[in-house]
Parts: sequence; structure tokens; C-alpha cells
Amino acid sequence: MSRLVTAGVTASRRRPVLVGVGCVVLALGIALASLEPGSLFTSMTSADVFVFEQLLLPRVLIALLAGASLALSGAVFQSLTRNPLGSPDVLGFTQGAATGALVGVTVLGGATLVVAGSAWIGAVASAALVYLIARRGGVTGGPRLVLVGIGVAAMLGGVNDYLITRANISDAAQAALWITGSLDGSTWSGVVLLAAAAAILMPPLILASRALRIFEMGEDLAVGLGLRTELLRLSALAAAVVLAATAASQTGPVAFVALCAPHVARRLTRASGPNLVPSALVGAVLLVAADWLARYAIPDRELPVGAVTGLLGGGYLAFLLAQQRRTGRI
Amino acid sequence: MQPNHASGPASRLAARRLTISYTHRTVVRELDLEIPDGSFTVLIGPNGCGKSTVLRALARVLKPSGGEVFLDGTPIAGLPSRHVARTVGLLPQAPITPDGITVAELVARGRYPHQGPLRRESPEDRRVVERCLEQTGIGDLAARPMAELSGGQRQRAWIAMALAQDTELLLLDEPTTYLDLAHQMDVLDLCARLHRDGRTVVAVLHDLNQAARYATHLIAMRDGAILAAGPPATTLTADLVQQAFDLPARIIEDPESGTPLVIPRVHR
Repeated sequence: MSRLVTAGVTASRRRPVLVGVGCVVLALGIALASLEPGSLFTSMTSADVFVFEQLLLPRVLIALLAGASLALSGAVFQSLTRNPLGSPDVLGFTQGAATGALVGVTVLGGATLVVAGSAWIGAVASAALVYLIARRGGVTGGPRLVLVGIGVAAMLGGVNDYLITRANISDAAQAALWITGSLDGSTWSGVVLLAAAAAILMPPLILASRALRIFEMGEDLAVGLGLRTELLRLSALAAAVVLAATAASQTGPVAFVALCAPHVARRLTRASGPNLVPSALVGAVLLVAADWLARYAIPDRELPVGAVTGLLGGGYLAFLLAQQRRTGRI
Repeated sequence: MQPNHASGPASRLAARRLTISYTHRTVVRELDLEIPDGSFTVLIGPNGCGKSTVLRALARVLKPSGGEVFLDGTPIAGLPSRHVARTVGLLPQAPITPDGITVAELVARGRYPHQGPLRRESPEDRRVVERCLEQTGIGDLAARPMAELSGGQRQRAWIAMALAQDTELLLLDEPTTYLDLAHQMDVLDLCARLHRDGRTVVAVLHDLNQAARYATHLIAMRDGAILAAGPPATTLTADLVQQAFDLPARIIEDPESGTPLVIPRVHR
């Protein structure tokens, strides 16, 4: 009997570790491949060194960090909304970030730092707005948050369309590229920023895994088990939004990483619960792989990484939904 | 039946002048209620009478708009949530089964209020989980995914999870809903056993005859107020059924248990 109990509890603990190790190996492997190691061993000109140190290396590091940040944030959102389609977008995240970026490009002059800052503010502000509207009597039910988020996102979408029609053509192109998501402008200061955000925000979120596991079983049960649900919801939402906004300020709101990575992680680990660490690792793999594809899929033409994750993520999501439909779960 | 407001409540779990409102509707108004220590208390009443609402307020899942729930003489709202979770367990009506979870994992989650933020499962946790699996008769299902179980087995697993919380008071919201008759009796027998082992059990039930057979204390409600409370034998009368449900009925003796048996009259 005891062996059965132990088996029941631990069977699902070995796979996540294996998946984690696999993801780290894969992420580092793709990262190394993207760094074009061949050139490292041949004689490098000073121009090559510059390209490697100032363009390639920060780009790969940002892909890893942003992928992990967006995916972790997505996993937290799916857990908190108890909805497999949850992502920071539930709080109007992408639209808010886009509004911020558009204002940065069209009104504030479009310097890289300004766009990053205004996008960050746009994302965080729209999330805060959704939370405050959804909150009633100190409580924000999951569905209410999602519904208010859809409404606010639609409004911000209108604002964005207006701003784009008002912008001149080069501003509009710059904004569109940012909204699609791109790793082109990656810098070392961006790496430092994302690493700092990850170092500050990821550990508490990962520590919240246990609480999120309880939260997933429903509001009443979680409260009955002594969880302060509204406190968890507010603090985890805030941390996840800031983490995703910081990532997006450097890369743009790269489509689907937040939505897709947790699903891939769950399928790989087959573990219950929010799967935060596996999700983050899968996100890192996903973005660094998407960036690699973006650069090499079409010779002599680089795609914006967001277009690749959109294609891959969208395809995967459709596959997932079709499969769940076949097994009768939707 | 009128409790004395000047002195504190006599039992561990009680409510005083409890008022609960949803946005535009008051469901429960100025309700006084005692859960006798060591009882198997069953709340009965028509749909929408507020019995589940009262149960959820007793577990401080619902915040009352007026009045107070008392746990061991102290207003429950002011107690640390972990302390409450170690004293009062709640199995709500529709808990969400996490994707891909096994029975043992589910039951282990009941240990949450006994664990710290960093601590993993202790040997004590594992012992309690094992005991609860056996008490509910699902020890051999421990490693099975919840999704593979039948409705009756799943309900046992949920009860085992609530048991793993290791509380002296256990609140169950309609634990027999969606089960066939045999599994209903099965779950109620389990509740009765938990009660005999020394727990105070409070359940919301729909079936009056089951309530009469298993409860030691019956609370009948209608429109957010208590109509009657006491032992089933003296409380469950034809008058009460008429008052609570507008249902003309006869009460006869249950030939099996000797408790009241409600027979609705034939309408012509």
C-alpha cells in the first residue's frame, strides 16, 4: 500500500526533472548553434568580434530570458484564471503594450529606450486597469477578469488602429515591427534588464507553485485549505505582468510564447499543477529556436521572430484543440 | 432555541445574527445557529433556502454582510486562515479536479495547511495521506489518475482529501449529489464512521430520509431562516415538511433504522 501511495505521488515527479534537463540541453544547443560557433575557431576579424559580442550574444541571451519570462508568466496566468487559454493577454497585455509603443513611436519620438519604456507602462497600466474594473467587494472572480480583459483589449485595439492611421508611414512600420516581436535590437543593457527582472520576480513566482496548485482546485476549496486567494491572485498577477512587460519591452509581445509554452510543458511532463519551471524552460527553447528559424528559414531574409512564433504557436494550438476535441474534452 | 446574545456561543462552531447578501438579494437574514460539538449535523431545506450559503459562511468562504461566525468563541474572520484551515475542513459542492492528477496527489493536497511555504511533504504528511486513503477504502487506487475513476470513487477521493486536512470539524456540501443510491449510502456510511471516530460533521443533504437516518442533529431551513433544529426523531414532523417544502406528507417509522421516514402524499 505504502509503495502504491509513494508511486502515486512520485511517478509524476520524475518526468518534470527529465523534461527540465532536456530543455536546458536543447536551449543551450540551439543557442550555441545560433552563435555560429564555426566562426569562433577560425580567425576572427575585429568586425566579427564586434558582431559576435555586440549583436549575436545579447540576441541569444535575450531570446532565452524573454522566452522563459513570457512562458512563466503565461503559466501563472493559466493557473490563476483556471483557463487553458489564459495568458497576459487576458488582461489586455499585448494591446496595452502596443498602445504604449505606438505612443512612444508617434508622440515621443521613437527612440528605442522611449518605446521600450512606454510599452512597459502601457502593458502594466492596462493590466492594472482590468484588475481594478474586475474587482468588486475586494474579489475578482476568474471569469470576470477574463471578460473585462476582452473588453479593455478591444478598446485599446481601437485606440491602436487610430494611432496607426495617424502615424506617418515609417513610424507605423517601426511600430508594426515592434508589435510583431523582434530580437533585432537586442543590446547588453536589455540582457541586464531581463536578467534582473528574472532574478527578482521568478523565485517568488516559483515559490508560489504550491499555492497555485491549491488555487486550481477552485475558490471555495482553496479558501477552505487556508489559502488567501485574493492576495495570491493580486501578487502573482502583478509579478507575472511585470515580468512579461519587461520581456516585451525588449522584444515586443512575441505572439503565443506565453500561451503555448505551458501547454507544451504540460504535455511533456504530464504533471498536474502549474508546471512553472518546465514552462519557463520550454519558453526559452521555443523563442531561441524560433529566432534561429527566423534567421535561417528563408535564405538572405530575416523574419521577425514574432511571425515565426505566431505561425508555430498558432499551428500547435489548432492541433491541440483538434486533438482535445477528438478525445471529447471540448 | 433562542440563544442568549450576552454570553458567547456554547459550541465550537456557531453563528450569531448572520446576514448574507449577494449583490442585490439577501439570502440569509439575522440567523442564529449552533453546531453541537461531536454531532453529525445535517442541513435540510428546499432549493435556494440558503443552506449551502450558510455552510460556506461557516467555512468563512463567504464573507457575511452582517453578524458573525464564531470558532471556539472567537469571530472566525479575525482568525489566521491557516489556523482555521487546521480546525475546519470544507468539501465544496463542485471542486475542480486538476488535469492529470493521481488520487494520492489529490489527497496529499489536503495537507496544505500543515505545510510551510518551503517544506516538502513530511513523513507525517505521508502517513496521514495513507491513513485517509485506507479510511475511505481507496488505498488500491492511490496511483490511478482521477480521470479514470467512477463517480463514487472520485467522491471518496475528495472526501479523503478533506480528511487529510486533519480537522476536528468537517463541512460537506451535498456530498451525495450525482451518485447512485448505493454510492450515496456508501458516502453517508463513511461520514457516519468519521463522526463516530470523534469528528463533528456538518453536511448539506437533499434526501430527508437519509438526513433523518444519519443525522444526530437536524437543521431545517426555509427562505434563509431556521424553521426547526434538534434530533431527527422529534424535529422531522409532517408539519415541518409542510412548512419547509409546502409538501403534504406522512411520517412513518423507517422499518430499518427506526428514524422518521417521509412519505409524500398522493395528489389527486
